[in-house]
Amino acid sequence: MKRTYVQARINGEDRDFLCEPRQSLLEVLREELGLTGSKEGCNNGNCGACSVLMNGRVVNACCILGVEADGADITTIEGIARGDRLHPLQQAFLEEAALQCGICTPGFIVSAKALLDREPDADEHRIRFWLSGNLCRCTGYDKIIRAVQRAASQLQESQA
Amino acid sequence: MTTVEKPQYRVIGTRPIRPDGVEKVTGKALYGADIRLPGMIYGKVLRSPHAHARIRSIDTSAAEQAPGVLAVVTHADLPTAADRVEELGESAVNVKEVSENILASEKVLYRGHAVAAVAATSPHLAEEALKLIRVDYEVLPPVLDVLDAMREDAPLLDENRRTKTLMTGELSEKPSNIASYNRFQGGDVEAAFAEADVVVEREFRTKMVHQGYIEPQNSTASWNADGTLTIWTSTQGAFAVRNLVAEVLKKPIAQVKVVPMEIGGGFGGKLPIYLDPVAALLSKKSGRPVKIVMSRTEVFEATGPTSGTVIRVKAAAKGDRLTAVRASLFYEAGAFPGSSVGAGSMTMLAPYSVENFELHAYDVVVNKPKTAAYRAPGAPAAAFAIESVIDELARHQKVDPLVFRKVNSARKGTKMVNGIAFPRIGHEECVEAALNSDHYRSPIEGPYRGRGVASGYWFNGGMQSSVVVAVNTDGTVNLVEGSTDIGGTRASLAMQLAETLGIPYEDIRPSVVDTDSIGHNDVTGGSRTTFATGMAVYEAGMAVRREMVARAARLWGLPEDDVEYADGTVRSKKDGRQFTFKEVAAQSARTGGPITGKASLVARGVGGAYGTHIVDVEVDPETGKVTILRYTAVQDVGTAIHPSYVEGQIQGGVVQGIGWALNEEYVFDEEGRMVNASFLDYRMPTALDVPMIDTILVEVPNPGHPYGVRGVGEVPIVPPLAAIANAIYDATGHRFTELPMSPRRIVEALNGLA
Repeated sequence: MKRTYVQARINGEDRDFLCEPRQSLLEVLREELGLTGSKEGCNNGNCGACSVLMNGRVVNACCILGVEADGADITTIEGIARGDRLHPLQQAFLEEAALQCGICTPGFIVSAKALLDREPDADEHRIRFWLSGNLCRCTGYDKIIRAVQRAASQLQESQA
Repeated sequence: MTTVEKPQYRVIGTRPIRPDGVEKVTGKALYGADIRLPGMIYGKVLRSPHAHARIRSIDTSAAEQAPGVLAVVTHADLPTAADRVEELGESAVNVKEVSENILASEKVLYRGHAVAAVAATSPHLAEEALKLIRVDYEVLPPVLDVLDAMREDAPLLDENRRTKTLMTGELSEKPSNIASYNRFQGGDVEAAFAEADVVVEREFRTKMVHQGYIEPQNSTASWNADGTLTIWTSTQGAFAVRNLVAEVLKKPIAQVKVVPMEIGGGFGGKLPIYLDPVAALLSKKSGRPVKIVMSRTEVFEATGPTSGTVIRVKAAAKGDRLTAVRASLFYEAGAFPGSSVGAGSMTMLAPYSVENFELHAYDVVVNKPKTAAYRAPGAPAAAFAIESVIDELARHQKVDPLVFRKVNSARKGTKMVNGIAFPRIGHEECVEAALNSDHYRSPIEGPYRGRGVASGYWFNGGMQSSVVVAVNTDGTVNLVEGSTDIGGTRASLAMQLAETLGIPYEDIRPSVVDTDSIGHNDVTGGSRTTFATGMAVYEAGMAVRREMVARAARLWGLPEDDVEYADGTVRSKKDGRQFTFKEVAAQSARTGGPITGKASLVARGVGGAYGTHIVDVEVDPETGKVTILRYTAVQDVGTAIHPSYVEGQIQGGVVQGIGWALNEEYVFDEEGRMVNASFLDYRMPTALDVPMIDTILVEVPNPGHPYGVRGVGEVPIVPPLAAIANAIYDATGHRFTELPMSPRRIVEALNGLA
């Protein structure tokens, strides 16, 4: 199948790649670009393990075609920390023990970042609503919600 | 936290950050599907569209010629497997049946049963090639319900299968879908029923449900020309995969190396093997490393869920005493024998001391996927039945349901149904803590609101573990282990080693290594790792301590008896001279070489564990939606090594139980097709469906473990089904005996439509 040339800004870097029109953005990230932090749990938009930011919005990378990424600004889990400095969400997930197996964690962190970027004062219900597109089967969500709450209050303090 | 007779610990009971945490929050951790090898190609599996059919022929010639295809395999490529049973930890498997499940030979026994596989240069080309494989099926009538399957005139999955009576080993004369029958009994049930104040008789039904781990099964294999084979996979037991693959492919064990990748959830579902031998055979044929990753639909249709069940219970009370229980448990095994009915029958009465009992357990094959372990396999359905009936008995006798459970509680010395007496256990303490909890003391008010409670038990596992501890010259320590870390065991093991050695947790770096690099470790299953591998860690740590004492004694010219190890320091008892751990480590090259400790053991002294749950619900009679208002899980955890991960296990188990109680089920059509094989349609709980899950950790130390550890992972899924059913009864006055208590069932029942 003929491959298409695509240019995108990924985690702050200008990248280009060739992909088949049928390849999802998730497949391109994982197989062509070696960014395997975004996970495939269902490949149909149900589980959110492949959540990435595309032009600031959370999308399921499995439901976007690679060719649709042309010209887009994309942030994956690999682009959340700054060098060896973790994002407050990442630190909070560690301190609150908000992961067990960890497969859903990249999706939750990316998705939660999108929420806190625009609503740093989101309450528990809002956080639960926002994250209902991300499935976790290990934690029962309790510690994930607490981690997002902790990160939110830290981000608010640092901005105050 | 309730604490019973707990020693003072330095590291145990704290909440440090897990050693593998940073890799997992930054996306660097490599899970099974993340592996990429030079020259690697992709495999896909062709699966049966029929629930029951005979395979007349398979024609793979067109697929072999398809673009990009480098290999095609069928059952004909597998060696003839031995008809013998291999222990898998939480379940045992027959190797011949494993081989049949991996690639079917003569019959397909469920929709999704693998029949052939293709490897091609891209996953898309492999998928296209699957469509070119021609399978000629003779479609047979499927058997989809456990009671239908037991009928004399039921179509047989296997014409040669005979019912084995486990007490005697006898085989039935006629072939049957009932693979086995077992019975436990004690006392005189009939006499107790005759003398009782009240007798309740009910039939309960639960549907197949899936573990629902987010990471699909995957396997990458590389077969070398010399016959050696390396497999990268996410599994609960790399050694179990190695040994089973060696069995199925008839290879010496040492020729197979399994590299455990990070695992994205398992809950028992990643104990069996599915893809590994297929990827290996495709690699052998193509000469290339081959990666296979299942789709979510394949995970639902072709990996093991837990059994659907029918459980009949007749139970009696006199005053506040539970006097007799008779129960028949019918569990679907799926396509091959081996449901969780054994554990279901053995855990059912474990919270109680009941003199008169009779339990009948049937393991039945049906045309559905072969079941696998799912968190306390067999126990939740059995607890749903008995704990619902106990709720009725207590209500009838006007005794508080927790008080009823306390009065009838099993304790040290109470005999299990198999006649063996319990060691020190903590059910009574759990009920007591539940009675005293803020939750239970708070009123629940309002229309269609109700409260329910239930208890549950799981045995927990011991089994084999092997670890090596290597002390570096700067005093840091490498802990080399082979137990899959599925939810924080690197942390719980490193903490136990830090406690044993008296050094900081941060100085210990644990690694889960491949099967060539450490002695055998049984699966991470049966809630065994923190307990059993923790015991090995303790033993290896003690070996390091002894070695350090010997080194210091040599340096000081003292007999070893005059030197002691305490709090990370080696001291002379004679003159008070001392070396810190780091100082002894620094001198190792001059005192006899590297300091290491190792331990390989079969962990004895396993401590079973109990949970007692309290749940408040609100039922919407118009929509049938059940809202969980408040949930408190009390559990005897022995000793909480890392309380956050203990709480996490409990919270996760509870929410899986909530899903099972309220919504999850395999829905099949008449032909045996699962019609909800996606996350959207199967509908597991989301963050919005549940509240915070409160936990109360009761610590009744297990006397069989140096730090009192009991397994904690499985108990919490046992009580929720019944606790929620009891709460819904309290809210609505309707006793639900069939799961899930989905909106449709609730609306039908409350409107008299059921």
